[in-house]
Amino acid sequence: MFSRTWQRLSSVVLGLLSAPAAMADWELNMTRGVTEVSQSIYELHMLIFWICVWIGVAVFGVMFYSIFKHRKSKGAVASQFHESLGLEVLWTAIPAVILIAMAVPATTTLIKMYDTTNADVDIKITGHQWKWQYDYLGEDVGFFSNLTTSQDEIYDRAEKGENYLLEVDKHLVVPSGQKLRFLITSNDVIHAWWVPEIAVKKDAIPGYINESWAIVPEGEEGIYRGQCAELCGIQHGFMPIVLEVVTSDQYQVWLDEQRAGVEAEAAAALGDFSYDDLMAEGAKVYARSCAGCHGSEGQGMGSVFPALAGSPMALNDMAGHIDIVLNGKPGTAMQSFSAQLTDVEIAAVITYERNAWGNDTGEMATPQMIIDAKK
Amino acid sequence: MTTATASHDDHGHHGPAKGIMRWVLTTNHKDIGTMYLWFSFTMLFIGGAMALIVRTELFQPGMQLIEPEFYNQMTTMHGLIMVFGAIMPAFVGLANWMVPLMIGAPDMALPRMNNWSFWILPFAFGMLLFTLFTDAGAPNFGWTFYAPLSTTYAPSSVTYFIFGVHMMGISSIMGAINIIVTILNLRAPGMTLMKMPLFVWTWFITAYLLVAVMPVLAGVVTMMLMDIHFGTSFFDAAGGGDPVLFQHVFWFFGHPEVYIMILPAFGIVSQIIPTFARKPLFGYASMVYATSSIAFLSFIVWAHHMFTVGMPLQAELFFMYATMLIAIPTGVKVFNWVSTMFRGSMTFETPMLFALAFVVLFTIGGFSGLMLAIAPADFQYHDTYFVVAHFHYVLVPGALFGIIAGVYYWLPKWTGNYFSEKLGKFHFWMSFIGVNVTFFPMHFIGLAGMPRRIPDYALQFADFNAIATVGAFIFGLSQLIFLFLLIKTIRGGEKATDQVWEGAEGLEWTIPSPAPYHTFAEPPHVK
Repeated sequence: MFSRTWQRLSSVVLGLLSAPAAMADWELNMTRGVTEVSQSIYELHMLIFWICVWIGVAVFGVMFYSIFKHRKSKGAVASQFHESLGLEVLWTAIPAVILIAMAVPATTTLIKMYDTTNADVDIKITGHQWKWQYDYLGEDVGFFSNLTTSQDEIYDRAEKGENYLLEVDKHLVVPSGQKLRFLITSNDVIHAWWVPEIAVKKDAIPGYINESWAIVPEGEEGIYRGQCAELCGIQHGFMPIVLEVVTSDQYQVWLDEQRAGVEAEAAAALGDFSYDDLMAEGAKVYARSCAGCHGSEGQGMGSVFPALAGSPMALNDMAGHIDIVLNGKPGTAMQSFSAQLTDVEIAAVITYERNAWGNDTGEMATPQMIIDAKK
Repeated sequence: MTTATASHDDHGHHGPAKGIMRWVLTTNHKDIGTMYLWFSFTMLFIGGAMALIVRTELFQPGMQLIEPEFYNQMTTMHGLIMVFGAIMPAFVGLANWMVPLMIGAPDMALPRMNNWSFWILPFAFGMLLFTLFTDAGAPNFGWTFYAPLSTTYAPSSVTYFIFGVHMMGISSIMGAINIIVTILNLRAPGMTLMKMPLFVWTWFITAYLLVAVMPVLAGVVTMMLMDIHFGTSFFDAAGGGDPVLFQHVFWFFGHPEVYIMILPAFGIVSQIIPTFARKPLFGYASMVYATSSIAFLSFIVWAHHMFTVGMPLQAELFFMYATMLIAIPTGVKVFNWVSTMFRGSMTFETPMLFALAFVVLFTIGGFSGLMLAIAPADFQYHDTYFVVAHFHYVLVPGALFGIIAGVYYWLPKWTGNYFSEKLGKFHFWMSFIGVNVTFFPMHFIGLAGMPRRIPDYALQFADFNAIATVGAFIFGLSQLIFLFLLIKTIRGGEKATDQVWEGAEGLEWTIPSPAPYHTFAEPPHVK
């Protein structure tokens, strides 16, 4: 009841304020979001906001009244009062009452947010430097999700797309109308998984599995975008989240497609590949998974990320090259790609790295070599 | 007094030594206060230059000026330098100058330690800054240096950072002990605790906070050092450690730390407003109790910085309620300041303008703080620009304006000259406009969903970021006016009276302007 009244009041005042400014609501304010929880949070936010505004109007009102009325240049003579027990008690008690009024809806909402029981779909989310991994528990489906914005867009060499920095290669597809439970963890440093429209933000911490949940109502299918919210290293600003909400039927179809796709990839690895096929595929994989650190021209970045162009490993050491891509280098940001990329992709990117930017070794890594190295 | 002791006194009261050794060997509270203030002013410009590099990169989407790696170094160093190098030493400098003058003491109680606690600082910050020029680069993990980003995944310069933090900590603890001992032992006869000026009171409480939490900071960086070099696993999950433990220990230091940076500013403002309202401070006793309550509460609210780490529901509720409670004593302070102005006889010299801006803008920072305290809503605010807007409102027009107000207020006492009011007001209005143009739009982009600490952003955040960058340059450049004004006032100007300001009351206004090298060799009597 209380919050309804406030909301009505606030929408009137907000309307008056924003009409002349003619600015869309989403630019200035928190999103209402699409879930029940996100909307309770929004209402709570607006309630506290307007309480603060009215307190501000009262306090600053008295202050500016004094500043204009009680100034020496207008002949004001200072009164010497400096104590009033009654006033002191009053302005301790009133804020206490207001705080209790705020605490009640806040507590209710928080209790609701913590109820992760009875989920329909469980999705394990693992943060990596600098991408997200999604595993649909019990469905035998899992994949990595990488930023697709090109280095050329980031460095102003190409026009920026509509979803600049908020687009990925594989969306997290979920069904509407079902309770989704997210189990959030990390493989390296702390990240935070955040999608504002469903009001889920939870830290991804190595050694912990944090839980959160959401139900996107039927009729609210669509694409919702978010970002990593905890500083996780150099590419912290470049690991977005794209949540694609579909109907339950579409979701089932999508799951089947994913399973079929994995089998097809495994079979494909046993086929034949030409040098040109691998170079073309490798260039794509490199741009997506490697260029963020090693540079779009293999030039590396500062002293932290080594250059690949002209590197002894890329020129002379095929076994070492396969090993570092498969297993990573412990204690550095160079991670294991054996689960992130298919065998074909790994073979392709190694071939590319050994033949691009003047690394003209002419050597080719085949998917079979990767399968053998994994044994 | 006999002739023999008089001549001995003469010998003891010679002026400062000549040349550079005056500053290296000095044990005089005024000299040391001056050095602290110039040091922190230098750090303000260095940290400010880093902020301008950050803001320039954020002027438009895309990477234009610097790489993400250097961007992270800039945000990290900006935070560390402003917190530990600019704000904290400036308050210690003001305490050095003013606490003895306000309580009628001849000097600080431990003058040699005072010298040492200052001279550690240039070395600590020299070590921190020099990492910028090493191959590994400067620390890049944010000023909150969360493990394991700051341990397993840190650049090798993290070891210099740890030793730098240790040295700053030693300096702060010694400074704090000195202030406590001075206040407890060197008050003039008749000055009971409840007669102390509020600046002395707030610093007294701040000093206890420092003594309590700086060792905690030292502990957490030592645990990092052990993890990095000696094979322990305090914060490494793979070795059975706990990354969240880091955050608990860090914020147990970190939350009292934010009050360390604001309580002395409360004190300064509580000195300035009565002077220019020509009316005694309203509710002196409740100010003291409110400050003490804030200090106590600061120890039991640390995990409100960690609402999204996955704490149990009960812990979230406890920290939410405890945090909301802070609004009560903070509100009492604001109400008292406004009541002091009410039916006063106000004039608006530069120190008063900065103090009034403090009251308004700090309160806005307090409002956003109250919003952040609401745990469910914090899930949307956390780690966005809304938080950046909040803490810059309490630290820039809060702590920094408090310091600047104090410098303007006491500058005629220090130099013996009035500053140019015209220039001071110009500085004020440029700073006031700059600060709001910089930080107010950050509320909007934060609510709209822009995470903090990112070097590049999605297109919908572009307009407000461009505005914030313009504001940052206005604010940054207007501090050069302040530098010019300070140098000009030191070199000359209209001679200040002893009382300096018409409504000023207190022991510091009974001594000549400029304050002689030695003051209160004979303690004054306070009625």
